[in-house]
Amino acid sequence: MEDKMPKKNPLSAQLNLSKFNSYMFQKASDEEKRQQDVMSESTTFFKDGMRKLFKNPLAVLSIILLGLILFIIIFAPMIVPYHYEEILSVDGIRDKGAKNLAPFTYSKLEQQYIENGGSRFPHIFGTDEQCRDYFIRVVYGARVSLLVGFFASIIVLIIGMAYGSVSGYLGGTVDLIMMRIVDVIYSLPDMLIIILLSVVLQTVLKFSPGSLFESLGTNMISLFIVFGLLYWVGMARLIRGQILSIKQNEYILAAKSIGAPTSRIIKKHILPNCISVIIISTALQIPSAIFTESYLSFVGLGVQAPMPSLGSLANAARGGLQSYPYKLLFPALAICLIVLSLNLLGDGLRDAFDPKLKK
Amino acid sequence: MLKYIVKRVLFALLTILIICMITFFVMHAVPGGPFNREKALSQATIDALNARYGLDEPLWTQFINYMKNLLHGDFGVSLKNGREISAIIAESFPTSARLGLTAMAFALTLGIILGSTAAIMRNKWPDRLIVFLSTLFTAVPSFVLATLLLLVFSIKLGWVPVWSATETHYVLPVMALAAYPLAYTTRLSKTSMLDALGQDYIRTAKSKGVAKWKIIFKHALKNSLIPVITYAGPQIAYIITGSMVVETVFTVGGIGTKFVSAINNRDYTLIMATTIFLATLMVIATMLCDILYKLVDPRIKYE
Repeated sequence: MEDKMPKKNPLSAQLNLSKFNSYMFQKASDEEKRQQDVMSESTTFFKDGMRKLFKNPLAVLSIILLGLILFIIIFAPMIVPYHYEEILSVDGIRDKGAKNLAPFTYSKLEQQYIENGGSRFPHIFGTDEQCRDYFIRVVYGARVSLLVGFFASIIVLIIGMAYGSVSGYLGGTVDLIMMRIVDVIYSLPDMLIIILLSVVLQTVLKFSPGSLFESLGTNMISLFIVFGLLYWVGMARLIRGQILSIKQNEYILAAKSIGAPTSRIIKKHILPNCISVIIISTALQIPSAIFTESYLSFVGLGVQAPMPSLGSLANAARGGLQSYPYKLLFPALAICLIVLSLNLLGDGLRDAFDPKLKK
Repeated sequence: MLKYIVKRVLFALLTILIICMITFFVMHAVPGGPFNREKALSQATIDALNARYGLDEPLWTQFINYMKNLLHGDFGVSLKNGREISAIIAESFPTSARLGLTAMAFALTLGIILGSTAAIMRNKWPDRLIVFLSTLFTAVPSFVLATLLLLVFSIKLGWVPVWSATETHYVLPVMALAAYPLAYTTRLSKTSMLDALGQDYIRTAKSKGVAKWKIIFKHALKNSLIPVITYAGPQIAYIITGSMVVETVFTVGGIGTKFVSAINNRDYTLIMATTIFLATLMVIATMLCDILYKLVDPRIKYE
C-alpha cells in the first residue's frame, strides 16, 4: 500500500487523513496480536473458591487454628503418658497428694521420685480433684466435642439431603405434605425437645454389652438420635430451595429427555450443583452442634461420666471455682477457640464459594 | 391478612398439640410409674391407685384427660415433693420472665444501635471493633460467660452481691443472657443496614439533599429492622433455653433452675409440665413475631 491517503473534503467533518501516512495503519503482526490476548489459566469452580478462601486472612487464620487444635488432640495422647480416666500413681503407688495441682507443678510424691532420678511428664494443665491429669482430660473432651459436632452434622446432612432432594425434585402434593411436616418440626422448640428426649432415651436405651454402641454410651447415642430427629429440617429446607431453582435448568430437561432415571438426575446433576451450599451449612452446623452438646453436658445430660467433654469439664470446674479458676478457663477456652474458628471458616467458605448466600 | 392470621394461629395450636403429644407419649416410655417406692406396694394397692387416678385406662383416654386438665391450668403434682406444679410455675416464672425480657430488650436495643453504627461507619475502626467483638461473643457459651462474670464481679471484685432470696441483682444474669443475642442482633442489623443503605431510595433521598441523620433514621433504619424482627421470635427461644444454665449458675430461683433440677432428679411430671409450658410460650412468641413481620412489611405476600 502506498502512502496515498484520501483527500479530505473541505465540508466533511471527518478527520483529515492526509496528515497521516499509511504506515501508521499497518495490520498488527501475529506476535503483537498475541500480546493483546488476556491469558489466564482456566480454573475450576473449586480452585477459584480455594484461591478466594486462601486470600481471606480470617479464614486462613481459622484453618491454621483448627489444624493446630486437630494436631494437638490427635498427637497429644501419644506423647502424654497419662490416660483420661487414670488416677495418677507413682511407681505403682497411688499418688494421693496429686489432687488439684496447679499447672506445671508436681505432687510431693512425684517430687521425691524426680529427686531420686526418675522422670515425670509435667501436668501441663495441672490435675483435677480426682488426681487425674487435666490436660489429657481437656484433650479428650475436645475430641469428644469435635466428634459429636462432626457426626451430628453428618447425620443432619444425610437426612436433610435425602429428604430435601426428594421433596424438591418431586414437587406437587408430595412436596406440600413433606414441607408441612418440616414446618411442624421446625416450629418445635428444639432445645426443650432435645432435653426431653435425652432424659427419656437415657433410661430407655439398652445396648448389648461389648457392642460399639455400648462403648459410646447411651448419652452419646441419644445425642445423635435427637440431632438426627430434629436438626435436619433446616438442611432439608435449604436443599429443597436449591433444587427447586436448579430443576428449571435446561440440562435437567436434556437428561430427562434421554430417559435418565430420577435417582440418577438427583445424584449426578442436581446434588453436585448445590454442593457449595451443602458444604457451607455443614461447616456452620458443626459449631452449633458443639454448643448444644456443651449445654447438655452442662445440664448433666451429655456424655457419660468418666468420659469427659468440654461442657462437662466446664460444669465440673464450677465447684472449685474460687480456688482453681483455671480449671474453667481451659475447657471454656477450648470451646471458644473451636467454635470461633469453625464459625470463621464457615463464613470464609460462604464468601469464597457462594457470594449469593450472604445473609 | 385476616386469613393469614387465622392460618398462623391454627398452625401454632397444632404445634402446641403436637408438643403435648410428644411430651406425653415420650414420658410414658419411661420405665417405672408414679407409685414406685423403695418398699414395693402390693399389687392390689397399685391397682386401686391406678384406678383412682385413671391410670388403668387406655393411653389415649389418659392423654385426653391430661389435656383436659392442662386446659384447666392443672399440671398435676411434682413426683418428688408432691407440690402442685402450677404453683411452682406461678412462683418461679415471674423471675425468669423479668430476667428474659430485660435481657431481650437490652440485646435488641443495643444490638440495633451497634449494628447500625458499624454499617454507617463501614471499614472504620468502630466498625472493626464491633465486628470483632460480636464475632467473639457468638463463640462464648452463656454458661462460661455467666460463670466468669460471677467469678470476676461477685467473688473477686465484690461489686455485685451474689444472688440470694433477699438480694436480687439482675445485672450479671442479664448480661450473661444478653451476650449471644446481642452479638447476633448486631451482626444481623449491620448486614441489613448495609443492604438498606445501598438501595435506590437512599440515593434519591441523598440527591434531594435530605440531611444525613434523617436518611438514616427515617429511611434506612426502618427498613433494616425487618430481619431483626424475624429473628426476635426464635431469639425468645434462645433466651429461655439459655436462661436455664444462666439461672443455674447464678442460683436464681426461676423456672430454668426448676427445670434443670427436675432433670437431675428425674422428676418426670415436672419436666413434662415445664416443657409444655415453655414450648407453648415459644410457639406463641414466634407466632406473634411472624404476624408482626407481615404487618410491618406490606411488601411480603401473604401465603
